[in-house]
Amino acid sequence: MTERAGSLSSRPKTLIDKIWDAHVVVDREDGQSLLWVDRHLLHEGSFHAFDQLAKRQARLHRPDLTFGIADHYVPTRNRDSLAPEIKRMVDQLSDNCAKHDVTLFGLDDPRQGIVHVTIPAQGLTLPGTIMVCGDSHTSTHGAFGAYAFGIGASEVAHVMMTQAIWQKRPKAMRVTVEGALPAGTSAKDIALHLIATIGADGAQGHAIEYAGSTIRALSMEGRLTLCNLSIEAGARLGLIAPDDTTFAFLRGKPFAPKGAAFEAAVHAWLSLRSDEKAVFDREITIDATALAPTLTWGTTPEQALPITANTPDPATVGDAARARTLTDALDYMGLKPNQPLTGIAIDRVFIGSCTNSRIEDLRAAAAVLAGHRAKVPGLVSPGSSAVKQQAEAEGLDRIFTEAGLQWVESGCSMCVGMNGDLVPAGERCASTTNRNFKGRQGPGSRTHLMSPAMVAAAALTGHLTDVRTLTQGAHR
Amino acid sequence: MTPLIVFEAVACPLPLDNVDTDQLIPARFMKRPRSDGYGQFLLHDLRQDASSPACALDQDRFKSCQILIAGRNFGCGSSREAAVYALADFGFRCVIASSFGDIFASNAVKNGILPAVVSPEQAETLLAHQGVIQGETMIIDLPDQCIRIGNHTVDFSIDPVWKTQLLNGWDDIDMTVSYASDIARFNQSDAVARPWAQPDRSPAQ
Ligand code: SF4
Repeated sequence: MTERAGSLSSRPKTLIDKIWDAHVVVDREDGQSLLWVDRHLLHEGSFHAFDQLAKRQARLHRPDLTFGIADHYVPTRNRDSLAPEIKRMVDQLSDNCAKHDVTLFGLDDPRQGIVHVTIPAQGLTLPGTIMVCGDSHTSTHGAFGAYAFGIGASEVAHVMMTQAIWQKRPKAMRVTVEGALPAGTSAKDIALHLIATIGADGAQGHAIEYAGSTIRALSMEGRLTLCNLSIEAGARLGLIAPDDTTFAFLRGKPFAPKGAAFEAAVHAWLSLRSDEKAVFDREITIDATALAPTLTWGTTPEQALPITANTPDPATVGDAARARTLTDALDYMGLKPNQPLTGIAIDRVFIGSCTNSRIEDLRAAAAVLAGHRAKVPGLVSPGSSAVKQQAEAEGLDRIFTEAGLQWVESGCSMCVGMNGDLVPAGERCASTTNRNFKGRQGPGSRTHLMSPAMVAAAALTGHLTDVRTLTQGAHR
Repeated sequence: MTPLIVFEAVACPLPLDNVDTDQLIPARFMKRPRSDGYGQFLLHDLRQDASSPACALDQDRFKSCQILIAGRNFGCGSSREAAVYALADFGFRCVIASSFGDIFASNAVKNGILPAVVSPEQAETLLAHQGVIQGETMIIDLPDQCIRIGNHTVDFSIDPVWKTQLLNGWDDIDMTVSYASDIARFNQSDAVARPWAQPDRSPAQ
């Protein structure tokens, strides 16, 4: 292995290689490396790992690099009277964090929010760091040029005890997106288009670096959305080289380096980019100018199409297994082959989740809704208590409530339904979340994934709608 | 962890692609302690639907199955290790599929379950195999990396590191403890090389 490491250091490196190489504690003969972990994030679901720790009577190796956040189970309404089951989950996290001296952003903390929204906003996500969390959407933090990935409970326990993790170097994929995003599209549309193109397992075994002029022009919010969805393409993680947009976001954030230390950090971060001649195992290019608002019609994120399209017809698919998969998805979703996507009636909307609940997402939805009434009920759950406060300061909450939508507290909420916010069986929900799996939003629920602006458009008309027809002054 | 070497068991066919971890165990069951046993929640909602292939799990001839055969991208989605707990507690020791979600596969190995990768064509063949459908046993041979049923043999692939771990029943944490001094040494030099990587807990300026 030392030989391989030697030859790697002399040839041009990808950003992925650079971060990897800076974190190797040990390279083992068999190709596994023990990597140092800079940040470890815990949530209510981490109780399995704490139980494993207790069984071994072990302590946390580096509580100062570990942060706990209550998000998966927290109620978004009536927080004073928690259901006993939910209270047990939230209390368990508080007790475990207190016992192990872990900083906790708990239910009453103004810093509370969805882990992948609040941690970056606290300046805890830094370029060039390795971050892990027992949550697959940890890839979100790659927006800052962090090497961030989701792990299972046994690995969480391992990181708790050692502050390190065994990994095999992933293959590197570069997704280059060029050109200006057309009106009505955003990072969500880039991601859904990519997943539909390469498949939900298209990036398996790979880490993705996003590059190109479109990516450079994205705000931090947009980059977070894009990296968040990398896991839905099967990638271990997705990341973006840090630049002035990244540094401007981080300056002055609570846990980020301050003063001269910040300037020194920026200096170090400037080297975090793929060398010009670096070779990727796979390259994908996307022409952003050709994108249309994109949404899912089926039960996996790869079943996504532009809003102008029709549902697929399994009868025209040669491959029997694939035809069976399409038929199954159409049946579950209550749709017919060849049905135009525009016009499919929805029952409710949800705006929230670590994919699309940041201030920019709320602004985009509010811009479509302003001054109008929604035809269906819906829930808007900001990504963190801080985002909620900012949205209220901007008057966005009034736009949502005047449209007839519920404005609630922050948490994972209807993304996963663990806290009791559910889509009833058989109902169809236009949602800004990341998974349209069967039953994800509740048993029997039907989910269509799309951008906040597209969800707002669907709310106004009561059916799946091309947001461009609303914002261009056409009929409502 | 019990080592996994060669074993013979009934294999249950699950002819579905993209079986995500939300299907393997719906989120609402994950509040429970593991000691309750997670096997009863395996594929819970799919098994409610009489037309779903997942109902095979409830058929008598598959009651004692320890091997699951599925399509592509098995275990995609959420990182919940509970999905693996549900399989393990149901009795599974091996899942055969043409591809796996990365995090799921890693979780599986950590719980002594073998994620065996076969080609899409071989997965289809096994799913349609008469012996499988009739509930005959098959042999999983990890050292030789092959699956045998009747006189039919299929090779599978597995990451060599995972193979060693499964064969020996090794636990990651025990192994890492032997590197404690390397970790301490890394940490010391890293603190000098990347001082900015520490969370800054001083008040804002
Ligand atoms: S919002 Fe949804 S995807 Fe994001 S961390 Fe919460 S449950 Fe996971």
